[in-house]
Amino acid sequence: MEIFLTYLKVFAVGGAVCAIGQLLINKTKMTSARVLVTFLLAGALLEAVGLFRYIEDFGKAGITIPITGFGKTLAAGAIEGAKQGLYQACTGGLAAVAAGFTAAIAFGFVIALISKSKPKST
Amino acid sequence: MDKKEYGELVKQTSPKTKEGKTLFLAFAIGGLICMIGQAFADLLTAVIPSFDEKQIGALTGVVMIFLGSLLTGLGVYDKIGYYAGAGSVLPITGFANSIVSPAIEYNKEGIVFGLMAKMFSIAGPVIVSGVSASVAIGAVYYIIGLFR
Repeated sequence: MEIFLTYLKVFAVGGAVCAIGQLLINKTKMTSARVLVTFLLAGALLEAVGLFRYIEDFGKAGITIPITGFGKTLAAGAIEGAKQGLYQACTGGLAAVAAGFTAAIAFGFVIALISKSKPKST
Repeated sequence: MDKKEYGELVKQTSPKTKEGKTLFLAFAIGGLICMIGQAFADLLTAVIPSFDEKQIGALTGVVMIFLGSLLTGLGVYDKIGYYAGAGSVLPITGFANSIVSPAIEYNKEGIVFGLMAKMFSIAGPVIVSGVSASVAIGAVYYIIGLFR
């Protein structure tokens, strides 16, 4: 029963994040790049002021799977690095998201290479 | 007809997106993708117990990015995106989609200046703003740390 509740929370929080994004698109005609940047920065900011953790404790993947999670990891890496010195404060963010960025670039490159362009139906 | 009247005319004649429906679909599909991510996180935790929370999180992101790239390559993700809107854009799978989709489209313009360069037409701003923000946050925390 507990696992059911966990997944319900994940669904609710993840859905809410995406619905807010959709509301922004509907109201301001934002492009998807702008929406992604906005939510990434929102995630980073929430982590920087220490609020992200409370949302994550409640919604788990609901807040970390959206791009807000990327922003959070960037900020958390930088904050962690800042404890060691200025050098680590600057490199910590990118180091923390190394796995995600590498995957996005490497998978993206290979899959784009072997995929055929399809005429857009939409 | 002045500019104002024209604006009104455009408002009346352009098709109204059914706001409630787009919000519902974004919520449902976005929530569903997050639940899939949670399932992978739980699965990875069970399979690789030696990984800590951070590593599980990173690995979950890698799996979701792979799925997002693959579904984009197969032409499925853009079809989901037609209905889901932000529900497919905001999850990390949408970030992968934003890289693969233009890369495939511009592949015909050559591998270097088509595929490799256009990969980052949407991801570029995301990476630039994200990395810059992380440096700024790190610097602020470092300076605060100096006065502690």
